[in-house]
Amino acid sequence: MNSLRRGRTRRLVALIRKESFQIVRDPSSILIALVLPLILLFLFGYGVSLDTTRTRVGLVLEETTPVTLDLAASFQNSRYFDVTIGHDRREFTADLVESRIGGFLVIPDGFTADLTAARHPAVQVIVDGADPNTANFVQNYAAGTVSTWEAQRAAERALTATPLSVQQRFWFNPELKSRNFLVPGSISIVMTLVGTLLTSMVIAREWERGTMEAMMATPVTAWELLAGKIVPYFLLGLASMTLCVVLAVFLFNVPFRGSILALYALSAAFLMPALGQGFLISAVTKNQFLASQLALLSGFLPSFLLSGFIFEINSMPIVIQYISLIVPARYLIPSLQSVFLAGDIWPMFLRSILVLVGFGVVLFAVAIRKTAKRIV
Amino acid sequence: MGPTRLLALVRKEFLALFRDPKSRIILIAPPVLQLLVFSYAATLEVRNVEVMVLNRDAGHWGSELISRIEASPQFRLVQHTDNPIELHEAIDRERVIAAVEIGPDFSRDIEAGSTADIAVILDGRRSNASQIVAGYISSIAAGVAADTPAGQRLASVRVGTLARNWFNPNLEFKWFMVPGLVASIAMLVGLLVTSLSIARERELGTFDQLMVSPLRTHEILVGKVIPPILIGFVHITLFILAAVWIFGIPLRGSLLALYGAAFFYLVSLVGFGLFISALAATQQQAILGAFLFLVPAMLLSGFATPIANMPEWLQVLTYVNPLRYFLVIVRGVFLKEIPLAEVVAETVPMALIAGVTLPAAGWLFRSRLE
Repeated sequence: MNSLRRGRTRRLVALIRKESFQIVRDPSSILIALVLPLILLFLFGYGVSLDTTRTRVGLVLEETTPVTLDLAASFQNSRYFDVTIGHDRREFTADLVESRIGGFLVIPDGFTADLTAARHPAVQVIVDGADPNTANFVQNYAAGTVSTWEAQRAAERALTATPLSVQQRFWFNPELKSRNFLVPGSISIVMTLVGTLLTSMVIAREWERGTMEAMMATPVTAWELLAGKIVPYFLLGLASMTLCVVLAVFLFNVPFRGSILALYALSAAFLMPALGQGFLISAVTKNQFLASQLALLSGFLPSFLLSGFIFEINSMPIVIQYISLIVPARYLIPSLQSVFLAGDIWPMFLRSILVLVGFGVVLFAVAIRKTAKRIV
Repeated sequence: MGPTRLLALVRKEFLALFRDPKSRIILIAPPVLQLLVFSYAATLEVRNVEVMVLNRDAGHWGSELISRIEASPQFRLVQHTDNPIELHEAIDRERVIAAVEIGPDFSRDIEAGSTADIAVILDGRRSNASQIVAGYISSIAAGVAADTPAGQRLASVRVGTLARNWFNPNLEFKWFMVPGLVASIAMLVGLLVTSLSIARERELGTFDQLMVSPLRTHEILVGKVIPPILIGFVHITLFILAAVWIFGIPLRGSLLALYGAAFFYLVSLVGFGLFISALAATQQQAILGAFLFLVPAMLLSGFATPIANMPEWLQVLTYVNPLRYFLVIVRGVFLKEIPLAEVVAETVPMALIAGVTLPAAGWLFRSRLE
């Protein structure tokens, strides 16, 4: 009995060693586990930015008076706008059509007279609706700049400018850098690629080449086979994640306010469904090409789109909101962003871990059944 | 080059493409998924917002503000609390994206004509969405302010802002996303089909047969290039139809200009595809290579986020990305009635890219043979 157990352990260790050698030797695994994470991290750290800092806008001064010049100066001093001054709105029409500016502001003829005569003076804000996100920001910042200008004028005359003032405080990320949430989010995409894409492809290759059947002819059980494959990829996933975290903190200066323990606990929990999915895909398709397609469509795309990584789940149609409930990354990303930006929020983390482990168990159970069936 | 020989080769390519189940999947699955998922799910709009309010004010104005937030169409759930700890927890655990705190003197300040404060706490972990929510709350507060006695006195001197959204009056995100999909889907399919074509022949061993046939190398290359371009046109056409008929997006510019530009776009993409194809030994590697090209090309094109937001050294890299130019044309033709001169100005760089990638791919292809 004892020797039997020892034999099993030896078998498992041998399997793990074999798998590890295969990983190291295969260029595609280096590509997915090392090169792809670096590329993704660079893209999300540098390339993808939702910060509309300094949008280029035109400013049309239809009349030139001390008042309008003063208002124009506050637009020029705003850190949100890169202003070009003009005197006719036609000067900017072509720029707006050809997307060279995000919009233009018009201080209309008669503005000063309207202001002194209290006839509802107004600044026109014309934005490029073809880019709705930037358009929204230009509108908000323009309204903000105008009301700051009013408050300054009122203060100079000791008047109450605004009956209400809204004090905004952005917790966790006061500089409002989108990089601070995009980089942690992209780490979960990296783990999806390693866990699901790489695993499914490699195991599918074994099916394709018949080495899987050869393994099954040996005394190795389905469980051992699974464990032998899972352990190396699990460690590889954690290694990729570690690389990304180091880069995130030291290269991209994303704050890390939580604990290492929480980071690894969450990542380990997430790798379970990711690997389970990869294993299941390979067992179902038994074909590298189909496996890679399925892994991209069912792993990469949902982690990217339906996880709240960039796009708010609450804003999606209700059917898609329900679909997003079965996307594992949806449970990881808020917690991962919190580990970086907010610190340890264990009630939230434990809930995520529980859900992720649950997904993992279900996926593995199905994958094993599928694998076992193949033998019969 | 004999046209019959070329025609036969193109026919053979199409037959191989449609007979191979893998290629059939590439032709159908990504387009359908992109159309469904991207156009419905990929939105930076912020709707169905969940907020928490803590109202310490016993007067009229505090509850007025809250009822206006509740009535606002952008908000789905307004939770009430009187416990600051609960409020902090709700933000911490992302149960709400924003919390509004109204102080005990709120109504008194308003009645007295002095400035009353509202504190809004926002979740910076989702800074894009929370800035938009901050905009919503500010404009609701401005509405309340205008109705206060002091606000009514000031109403006629207040400087308003009149917003006009050109090209997309309701700022619908779909109008931004779906034209972008027309461009990106052509890239996805065109690139995958090309990069798989030579790799498939290599894998099956039929490539050597092709090489010993009387076909010259450049004829083989031209034969490989034509099917993906035609398929790209078919996908572009299907997506334009879907954009107009399913999503109701206006088509204001010249379709002819769009198709003319699409030709150069597809040729430049096919050049990249052939490049990958020449490098890859197996279909597996071709898929990975295509993925390695597609992800940066999508992200560094202005498809999802503006190029102007990128650091300048990275903006330089976008100049070699055909998608960057074609996106301007597609969005311009759909929404803006873009002038022809601008279409030409954006097409020239794509033609230049094609002029480099195609010969380069041909050279690489030949040198890999020897």
